[in-house]
Amino acid sequence: MSTASRTSRQWLLTLPSLTWLAVFFVIPAILVILTAFRPADLQGGVGPGWTLDTLHELNDPAYLPILWRTFSLSAATTLICLVLGLPVAFQMARAGQRLRQVLLLLVIIPFLSNFLIRIFAWKSLLHPEGPLTKLLISLQLIPENAVLLHHSGTVLLVLVYTQLPFAILPLYAAAEKFDLGLLDAARDLGAGPWRAFAKVFVPGVRRGLISAAVMVFVCCLGQYVIPQMVGGASDEMLGSKIAQRVFSDRNLPHASALAGGLMLAVLVPMLIVALWQQFGRKEES
Amino acid sequence: MDDFLVIDHVSKTFGTQRAVDSVSLNVVKGEAFSLLGPSGCGKTTLLRMIAGFERPDSGRILVNGQDITALPPEQRPVNTVFQNYALFPHLSVWENVAFGLRMSRRPREEIRSGVDRMLELVRLSEHARKRPAQLSGGQRQRVAIARALVNRPQVLLLDEPLAALDLKLRQHMLMELNTIHEQVGTTFIYVTHDQGEAMSLSSRIAVMNAGRVEQVDSPAHLYETPRTSFVASFIGDANFFTGTAVEFQHEGYVRVFVDGLGSPLVLSNGTVASNQPLRLMVRPEKISLTLARPSSGERVNAFRGVVEDRAYFGTHTRYRIRAGEHSILAQLQRSRFSGGDIDPARGAEVWMSFHPDEGRVVRLEAAS
Repeated sequence: MSTASRTSRQWLLTLPSLTWLAVFFVIPAILVILTAFRPADLQGGVGPGWTLDTLHELNDPAYLPILWRTFSLSAATTLICLVLGLPVAFQMARAGQRLRQVLLLLVIIPFLSNFLIRIFAWKSLLHPEGPLTKLLISLQLIPENAVLLHHSGTVLLVLVYTQLPFAILPLYAAAEKFDLGLLDAARDLGAGPWRAFAKVFVPGVRRGLISAAVMVFVCCLGQYVIPQMVGGASDEMLGSKIAQRVFSDRNLPHASALAGGLMLAVLVPMLIVALWQQFGRKEES
Repeated sequence: MDDFLVIDHVSKTFGTQRAVDSVSLNVVKGEAFSLLGPSGCGKTTLLRMIAGFERPDSGRILVNGQDITALPPEQRPVNTVFQNYALFPHLSVWENVAFGLRMSRRPREEIRSGVDRMLELVRLSEHARKRPAQLSGGQRQRVAIARALVNRPQVLLLDEPLAALDLKLRQHMLMELNTIHEQVGTTFIYVTHDQGEAMSLSSRIAVMNAGRVEQVDSPAHLYETPRTSFVASFIGDANFFTGTAVEFQHEGYVRVFVDGLGSPLVLSNGTVASNQPLRLMVRPEKISLTLARPSSGERVNAFRGVVEDRAYFGTHTRYRIRAGEHSILAQLQRSRFSGGDIDPARGAEVWMSFHPDEGRVVRLEAAS
């Protein structure tokens, strides 16, 4: 087969997914960004003409703590998920075929129930009258009047809970391809088990680490349900603000400006990582 | 005491399988020693126990007088060249070789000079900055050797070091390994299933079968005087005949009655009892082929047969000769034809003969 016809065949094969991405992602994204430059109308829609007023409104110092909270919570969630996910992925890769299937199933099982239901479950678990709170109080692990719900720690906990599978799966995919014989080699050359893990396994799955980090971090940035449901009044994330602008303030241009900004803040670093990986791969081969 | 690596009644069982069954070996300092046997004979398990990846169920392993049986791999004065080399793909050649020295936290200057010297030894200095994926199979193996030797191990283990290379490269690396062994003088332990490799790499070989050591000897002794039929058939080709000892002669010769072949006279292995069934072994190249019955007296064993098959191999020619119930393999070098031997065609009737010194009595099983 000639190169030309192979290239055109490849294009033909990617056409359905490309069309899908264009219709349901690229065009809406452009519409969102365009909306940011339209004036708001009082019915919650978009008025005629174009304006830069919304962008000036964004220059509000009240956004800074929200922005900082969004990024620090997302970064903390990412870090915790990687630290928790790495040993899980390692053990899964080392496990026998059967145990591996069971573990994989256990990681996927939470997805079988609805995301909102799982958040509600946490809400009732951590409720002052909830079973977890009562258990911890009866074990005297927390004081009598402790409130587990509605503070930033709760948001972090539930974020980690929801994102952990998204960290484990790419880490496992990388760990499964890792040659475990390399750990024997590291031990043979004088590395203890922990150093062998840190010096050989961790670099060996670095692509999985990057995928997992991007996955978790990006998913966290856009969260608004979790801070709204288990967080307190001062735990708003950028996503909460966007939801508020759409649903209660009914200011679509303002929400669009925030969403567009967040989108760029995610896409630009991802593009850099993708380019860097592409470059790194070329250098290796 | 000369024994440097001592394996003392080591056993290892996996499930119901006895992988290594009370093996004892002594290896001399600086020796190149091979563990040879078919797959599943326990040689790899034994190697992994010396390296520290498996713990023996019983027995001890000593290096230079130190009992290392309970030490984890990172604390043993032993390094391994793995079968697939197990080079770290994320590190350069230089960093791969430096890995062991970094783990033992040597001074920077010592690491630099040690790695450079080792890369020079395996002639890879100009590839120091490359990744393992950019190297050929032979180069990767030399990196693996350098990475192990840079730590100055007391014992270097090499697990099927040539198995991953193609034939031409294998013959080249064979010489190279011998040169490296001569230069560093470290005790080398090879694990291989290839008798040719074992014979050209090592001064002594332990032939293993079903978790046990059948015989430990120099390559020449294993070939010329195998003690068991397993050793005789695993190292080189052999004709076997079952018979009974009928007459003991002076100087260790014994006359053995073999049904259909008469009673050839052969060298006894010293443990033959009369009227006991035993096995007789003759190497194919020890058999002469002549048209007339050889006339050098009664000390030649001669039989008549018909050539069933003939195959020419350049350096030698092989014949399969039928004598009654027996199918006998004979092998002749070109140069021997001048000495009275003939090159019979298929279907020709010939006389086969061998000298009593070339016949061996072998045991059916290893002594327990």
